[in-house]
Amino acid sequence: MSAATLYGLCSAALIGLGLFGLITHPQALRKILAFNLIGSGVFLLFGVAARRGAAAGFGGDPVPQALVITGLVVAFVSTAVAVSLLLRLFQETGRTTLSSDE
Amino acid sequence: MNNPAPMPDAATPGGFLLVLAIILPVIGALLALALRGPYAERIALVVMPAGIAVAVIITGEVWRTRTVLQYFVGGWAPPLGIAFRADGLSVVMMLTSALLISGIGLFARAQFPSFPRREARAPLVFWTLLLAIWGALNAVFIGGDLFNLYVALELLTFAAVPLVSLDGRPETIAAALRYLLFALLGSILYLLGAVLLYGAYGTLDIIMLSGRIRAEPVAWAAISLMTAGLLAKAALYPFHLWLPPAHAGAPAPASAILSGLVVKAPFFLVVRLWFDVMPRMPERAAAQVLGILGAAAIILGSVVALRQARLKLLIAYSTVAQIGYLFLIFPLAIRPETGHPWSTTAWTGGMLQAISHAFAKAAMFMAAGLIAEALGHDRVVRLAGVGRALPITVFAFGLGGLSLIGLPPSGGFIAKAMLLTAAVSEGQWWWAVVVLAGGLLAGGYVFVVLARALADPIEPLRLATTVSVSRQAVVLTVALCAVLLGFVPLRPWELVEIGRPGLAIMGLR
Repeated sequence: MSAATLYGLCSAALIGLGLFGLITHPQALRKILAFNLIGSGVFLLFGVAARRGAAAGFGGDPVPQALVITGLVVAFVSTAVAVSLLLRLFQETGRTTLSSDE
Repeated sequence: MNNPAPMPDAATPGGFLLVLAIILPVIGALLALALRGPYAERIALVVMPAGIAVAVIITGEVWRTRTVLQYFVGGWAPPLGIAFRADGLSVVMMLTSALLISGIGLFARAQFPSFPRREARAPLVFWTLLLAIWGALNAVFIGGDLFNLYVALELLTFAAVPLVSLDGRPETIAAALRYLLFALLGSILYLLGAVLLYGAYGTLDIIMLSGRIRAEPVAWAAISLMTAGLLAKAALYPFHLWLPPAHAGAPAPASAILSGLVVKAPFFLVVRLWFDVMPRMPERAAAQVLGILGAAAIILGSVVALRQARLKLLIAYSTVAQIGYLFLIFPLAIRPETGHPWSTTAWTGGMLQAISHAFAKAAMFMAAGLIAEALGHDRVVRLAGVGRALPITVFAFGLGGLSLIGLPPSGGFIAKAMLLTAAVSEGQWWWAVVVLAGGLLAGGYVFVVLARALADPIEPLRLATTVSVSRQAVVLTVALCAVLLGFVPLRPWELVEIGRPGLAIMGLR
């Protein structure tokens, strides 16, 4: 098994775990963490694409690395917005779950 | 580039206009954030006419040259650079957003004034985010690169989510959080699909990708993931759960923009993916699945809307239903044998539905906002007499409803008639049944509201506040736009097809 395949499988496992957590956990904070887990898996996949696409003596294709940096910023911002909304929800109501009663 | 695409290989003259379309609202948003306080509204009011002018000039340019307007950021051509492209579809959507955002802005002036009696953050946030949403929408409509489109989608989400919780009530914060979680799941699935495409084909540029993509498992996996992610953002059944609380909880101008425009952006990207990225990948079964989800959304959304006690929730569920119509174009317009899905009736009908729903739904949410303001509540059963108190508003609501039901004369009528014609002429009669049933149900929920509003009240109606005529006039104007779309002769709809035949030739190469 090549390194790229190994990393690819790792990222698939991360994405699967994250998806499971995002769908099944009622706690909003766990959902946010699960989203970050999926994000890590996707970014790892970018690394795999960079390694596999490398040609002409380069160690890696630079384009996916540039994309990952943007993706990391977006994921960081998403997490910050989600956590601040969750904090506000906790301050207002004292609950940290999203009940679907409305 | 040795790509024999009939696309212009370099930036076209006038391409810089596309940059202007994105950067103008963004500069406005940044200035509003920097200068704060009373300036936010004024900046927005300056940006609005300028933005309309840019959209009109771009439309004129595309109509005159009959070709795609193109710009390469920094002069770098794809695959390394990022392209902005405006085809007929983009300019129609840009024009719609510019007009609608300006209308909503005029309406919102009274609700989010520059000089509130007490220090308030809501006006600053509203005007800043309104401009941010505009910039993000334009970026979605003219983006030519799948990763760039991901960034534009995220910008749109971050601008839209805080609008939901603008008044800070706990239930709206919960609605915003749920919306954000759905949107994040959607965008990460989209990104996963994008990286798979990049890994397989080495480019994310839509035009280059459409030349390289082949019908193989990795492409199917990527497109399925991206479509699923976009469906979550577009709130197509069964991903609609976040929409009603979010759209009904937001202040009226915010609801109008969320329901009218924001949910159209992911739909627009699904169209890009299915018709532009993979024009040569015939897949009727997958298109039927999208159609079935759309049909389920139409029926269930309308039935649930009928049972709502609150006016804003009723309108929000009707959005769920109307989004369903948009996805009927996939089974109706995808015809692998002929390879020209964009010239079919269903395609044009679907696009017209997107635009007329934008105007109609924005007008209805704004009308509901005025009614709620005047009465102090928005319970449907206690609307009696409001037709006499706010005749212009209720008339505007009715005109919007006309378009949703699909009665002539309205944009919604032409759109639904075209979808019906397409369903019958394609021999897929079951979609025609869905369109007709959806129209009947929409007639039901619009009638429920209008019948109550026009009834005589048992005791004289006491209004909580008076509503200025100018705000009612704005709502009526937006509603009239939805009606007037029904009078536009079909010839200008050639506009939406500009830039399409080129792709078709390339696809059949």
